[in-house]
Amino acid sequence: MELKAIHENCSGCSTCLLACAIENFREVNPSKSLLCIEARFPAPGDYRIHLCDQCGVCADNCPEDAIQLKNGAYIVDPETCTGCMICVEVCPHDVMFEQKNSDIPVKCNLCGECAETCPRNAIVWAKNQESEVA
Amino acid sequence: MYGYAGTLLRVDLSNKAVRREPLPDSLVANFIGGRGFVAKMLYDEIPPGIGPFDPENMLIAATGPLTGHFLPASGKTHFGTKSPATGGYADSNMGGHFGPQMKYAGYDVLVITGKAERPSYLFINDDAVEIRPAAEYWGDGSITAEKKFKDHLGEDYQVITIGPAGENLVRYACISHDFGRQAGRTGVGAVMGSKNLKAIAVKGTGSISVADLKKAYAKGKEAYQKVMAKPGFEGWTPEGTAGITNWTNEVGVFPTRNFQTSHAGHYKNINGKAILERLKITDKGCFSCPTPCGKYGRTRTPAGSAYVEGPEYETIALFGGNCVLKTIEEVAYANYLCDELGIDTISAGVVLGWAIECFHKGILSRDEIGREIDFSDLDAVVYLLHKIAKREGIGDLLAEGVKIAAERTGKGSERFAIHVKGLEWSGYECRNAPSMMLAYLTADVGAHHNRAWVLGHDIAGAWTNVHDLIASETEIEAQPKAVASEHCAEYVIASQHKRSLFDALGNCRLQMMELGFEEEHYAELFSLITGVTKTWEDLLEISERIWHLTRAFSVREISGFGRHLDLPPARLTEDPIADGPNEGHVISREDIHQLLTWYYSARGWNEDGIPTKETLLSNGLSEVVDDFEARGLFY
Repeated sequence: MELKAIHENCSGCSTCLLACAIENFREVNPSKSLLCIEARFPAPGDYRIHLCDQCGVCADNCPEDAIQLKNGAYIVDPETCTGCMICVEVCPHDVMFEQKNSDIPVKCNLCGECAETCPRNAIVWAKNQESEVA
Repeated sequence: MYGYAGTLLRVDLSNKAVRREPLPDSLVANFIGGRGFVAKMLYDEIPPGIGPFDPENMLIAATGPLTGHFLPASGKTHFGTKSPATGGYADSNMGGHFGPQMKYAGYDVLVITGKAERPSYLFINDDAVEIRPAAEYWGDGSITAEKKFKDHLGEDYQVITIGPAGENLVRYACISHDFGRQAGRTGVGAVMGSKNLKAIAVKGTGSISVADLKKAYAKGKEAYQKVMAKPGFEGWTPEGTAGITNWTNEVGVFPTRNFQTSHAGHYKNINGKAILERLKITDKGCFSCPTPCGKYGRTRTPAGSAYVEGPEYETIALFGGNCVLKTIEEVAYANYLCDELGIDTISAGVVLGWAIECFHKGILSRDEIGREIDFSDLDAVVYLLHKIAKREGIGDLLAEGVKIAAERTGKGSERFAIHVKGLEWSGYECRNAPSMMLAYLTADVGAHHNRAWVLGHDIAGAWTNVHDLIASETEIEAQPKAVASEHCAEYVIASQHKRSLFDALGNCRLQMMELGFEEEHYAELFSLITGVTKTWEDLLEISERIWHLTRAFSVREISGFGRHLDLPPARLTEDPIADGPNEGHVISREDIHQLLTWYYSARGWNEDGIPTKETLLSNGLSEVVDDFEARGLFY
């Protein structure tokens, strides 16, 4: 399973950002969220949700093989990661993040809290392409 | 201090001084936040008798304990100042994302005083606070300026701006944010302009501590589920506030042709359905809100095309009804122009309606105005809005607001200048709605509906929430004469305490008032977040204290304050409604005085509407008693 964005349902309320930060960092602090919402105003007047689709580009580009697929999500191993942040640069969706007070990048672990709390059904669970093929 | 950021930020623009203070425990305990902080700080700190545009006036942006937390619609910011509209107490609240960002940056309250030597903006990035030059933004429209700030500083900054109207001290200039949300009322944007302050940009990356995060998060999730399970959720959300346009016309409370009547025959061409079918691109929500009122879209008219958020109900009422613009596209274009120029759509719609009637009656001439103007004339609306924002020609008079404009113009124009205390009347006509009439007369900022909304009592006798009321079958038929009773005062006072409490908590009231989400949930959330256990009734007691304090501020600041300032214009007591469901109805001057007497008595105020010593003491306002005694304000 993967998380899928339905951009046209998004109203920019940021409930997902807050839920993500609380679930993963126990903080009321949406700047720590592992996804982001791009508000495109005044024109064209819509929202674009940027979330991790577990494409693996980060893992493919990690010089230390510190990013491994576990239960459908690419996870950064803090023991192996050297903090080079190459993954942050190459992420095609801009959802590998550097955080204050942390030497290693952070990313979505597929906890699904964003989908659970979105009041607009703008983030939903979907079967990913590999499982569909299987 | 759980729930709060814990810090008050003071910025003196004259001396370019920035100071941080711990949020005082007594302020938190006795006044909660938001409007409570505004009321207390204005009363204690403003030198009595100053003008609203004097550097000593304060512009306060205050959040509440719920702002920025995980619960439905915690995105409110409350602005307060000495009112350019009335000279007394003023506040205006705004949705969007600014207040939460203030708290994540570490500040519950911003207090702006003084006047910058040159156009400036305030830059806040967590601990970094700077007063920066804003010459390159001065003169820009609100939306244009916001876009430029975001392009220069980054998308993750939340920005408030003023437009040319605020720069030019139009008394009903607004503060704008998020490309379509405003602190619209009472002229807070003009105070910002008087300080040479074009904008505030804030970015916060900190967290707000919570007493019991696990339980508060679970309770917040439960709150979303309960709100979304309300029968009104599916009905209300698609159209937002615009959805009540049909109902207000069908029961005859829709201000039309400068309040000559209360029903617009073309209402189905300017309603929520018209927005969805002809304008809307996306729903646009405030922070953490599951029921977005914002409908962002694009309008095309012969006068121009624009992207615009809205129009919401109030703009539909004051431009579609009061100025009789005939299509939703025209109303939306007027909405856009007000947003860009930085003008409150409610006050503007009242001022323009008055000006058009003055022209019809020969009170204002073609030469004075610079052209002919009429109802249903978008070109005239566009012309006048530009003149007002620049204070050019007739605009200089109209920029003063309808009260001062009518006083200067005379010739009987005061009797159809629709305001209370100097603030223009918002979107509900009340000649056959005595409870709502009383709500307008006694609202602490002037004629605004946000402090009490009690139309349901006048029209249906009883009601649980707004959505259920408007969803009930209505038809256009003659309405019976509503009867003023002592209960009107009870309804108004109860609503004034409930609705105003949300302005202190820093949360939107819509989920409770419009959808019927139960009030006790907010007390539970407050207790889990702050760690201070309070019931809803405890919180209402504080809301009552704040109510007496805002009244006391106006008593002190407005010379000769008294009952006469709680009266409506003559039109509403002398001119029967011209047509529609309430045709022929009018409320008598005697009924108005009786309503006020019942209200003052229930409030513990004297016959002239001045809080008594006993009332102030029993509400924990002994310092106001001392001040009133020193100034001889009791009588």
